[in-house]
Amino acid sequence: MGRPAQQRYNVLPGWVNLPKRSSLVAEYQRLDVNKVGDVTVVRFRDPKIIEDINIQELGREMFRLVEVDHCEKLLLNFSSVDFLSSAALGKLITLDKKVKAHDGTLKLSNIRPEIYEVFAITKLNRLFDIKDDEADALAVF
Amino acid sequence: MSEEQWTWQCDHVIPNDAGAGRRILDELLRELEADHWIQHDIYSVRLAVEEALVNAIIHGNQLDSNKRVRISCRVAPELVRVEITDEGEGFNPAAVPDPTDPKRLELPGGRGVMLMRAFMSQVKYNAPGNCVVLEKERERAK
Repeated sequence: MGRPAQQRYNVLPGWVNLPKRSSLVAEYQRLDVNKVGDVTVVRFRDPKIIEDINIQELGREMFRLVEVDHCEKLLLNFSSVDFLSSAALGKLITLDKKVKAHDGTLKLSNIRPEIYEVFAITKLNRLFDIKDDEADALAVF
Repeated sequence: MSEEQWTWQCDHVIPNDAGAGRRILDELLRELEADHWIQHDIYSVRLAVEEALVNAIIHGNQLDSNKRVRISCRVAPELVRVEITDEGEGFNPAAVPDPTDPKRLELPGGRGVMLMRAFMSQVKYNAPGNCVVLEKERERAK
């Protein structure tokens, strides 16, 4: 005879309270978008964010998250990104303005040291709320 | 530095297209990797050349497909030098406003020249401002 379902849940109570991670939309070409609780977690598909056409598309997709999908809590996880140009920084700044205009919150995480250096030199680390990793960021939304 | 100290070099005149420039940049970076330059140096060269290339194509040549960009790369055991020349009228790099000024911090552009200076050992422009010479001295692994 198997264990009652209730007993199984008692063994792993943490599972019940963990926020669900679910794929939000499949139509994004440059981004992987997931919901963790009420936070929209965004990862980048291109390890190098350089080419103008890609940056324009990236911008459109990030702006769509705010303006069309109405994501109010947005976390950009840069773990897959190993290079970005200053043109990409421009898109992040515009995204930040759009999030603020919609009374939302934007955080960045998992930025590798060389890229963080770019944020620090340009003082954009003062504009953006940057956390070491995704768990740190999710904990303070 | 005298010419004979260079261990690798290339000279190209490319269309006003970033893709063509990036293929040369990738070739240069492969050379630095093969010579075991540290990753931070390689990142610095990629960043500075990328920014200079985009400046030449967009701001210098004004996206004019009839114009060309000249790229010269030189590698020595302890130094890499990249010279990028466009066919535009040039600009005064000293007149570029400080992008970290609080009043300008939220502007989407204007950080390229600052990043080049921060990541390279030396950045020099010619008098018209249509040619930039980027130099990176090799950092020794700590």
